[in-house]
Amino acid sequence: MLYGTGEFPNWGDPKSPASLHVSDYYIEKTFEDTGVPNFVTAVVTDYRGFDTMFETAVIFTAGLGCFLLLRDFRGKKEHYYRHVPTGVILHVKDDKKTLKVGSEFEYMDKEWVPPDLINKTVCRILIPFIQIYALYVVAHGDYSPGGGFQGGVIFGSSLILLAISYNLKTLVKRIKEKLLGIFAAVGVLIYAGIAAICMPMGGAFLDYGKLAPLVPGDPHHIRALGMLGVEIGVGIAVMAVMVIIYINIVSEGRHDEGL
Amino acid sequence: MHWPIDIIVLTLVIFCAIAALSVKDLLVTAILFGAYSFLMCLLWTIMGAVDVSFTEASVGAGVSTVFFVAAIFRTSRRTKD
Repeated sequence: MLYGTGEFPNWGDPKSPASLHVSDYYIEKTFEDTGVPNFVTAVVTDYRGFDTMFETAVIFTAGLGCFLLLRDFRGKKEHYYRHVPTGVILHVKDDKKTLKVGSEFEYMDKEWVPPDLINKTVCRILIPFIQIYALYVVAHGDYSPGGGFQGGVIFGSSLILLAISYNLKTLVKRIKEKLLGIFAAVGVLIYAGIAAICMPMGGAFLDYGKLAPLVPGDPHHIRALGMLGVEIGVGIAVMAVMVIIYINIVSEGRHDEGL
Repeated sequence: MHWPIDIIVLTLVIFCAIAALSVKDLLVTAILFGAYSFLMCLLWTIMGAVDVSFTEASVGAGVSTVFFVAAIFRTSRRTKD
């Protein structure tokens, strides 16, 4: 194998087969065609938009597969509760006997350790900034590196950070499982929807240029806007799927306790 | 002149990969894979593929390490072989 690599073209060689055929076209014509300065985004979401659409569908399928394989609706036989004023932990072994969760008692994990004050505070301060950064990455996908996938993953990991620094219940209470499922599907539908709207407007599937009459503003900018819409769809789907996978793995599908 | 950095990072990548395969503790393997992904991300940056390196940093070094750790948390930490 090492001997074989000696025959490879040099790195960045303009005469190598990979840069001979289409690269020149993209480098010269991308800005003219699409009005997007970042070629990579233009290639990924416009020239080969079909590929990216099915990539998003693959991500969605990954989340769906994780849900179908791991989700366990049976619930636990034993419950742990913590008496909030005193901090005493109750272990209820009888499935029928449940305590009312409110200001007096709260649900508790078996492996519960008190959340560290420093971790909690640092994460609480950091999470909004991470989320703003994720939105920035999605919104600037056509100007700078990044885009829907990266932004979605960063947003999803900020939610995972919430689950790690507090506990899983905090996350599940704030973002319901149903909502995550809807987000994952809506993301894919936004992508497919924007692509499909192009067809009644007289273009081919994913031909963003034909959307110009629908959007006020500079018609030269329409392809960039189409890409932005598509990136937002990808971001929503990826964010939701990352959180779904994390919750299902870490709680063995029961969505009650975990890391 | 970016040759030395290239070579150093590449050596570290190979070192991380071999270490991740030979270590018995799976948690260490997960962290080593995170380091591996991060070094790969540096390598992509050196080669000028910033989009790829961004994806590698967020997906490879970030979320997938968390998934590995979560999976180890629910299974066992020791390998059989």
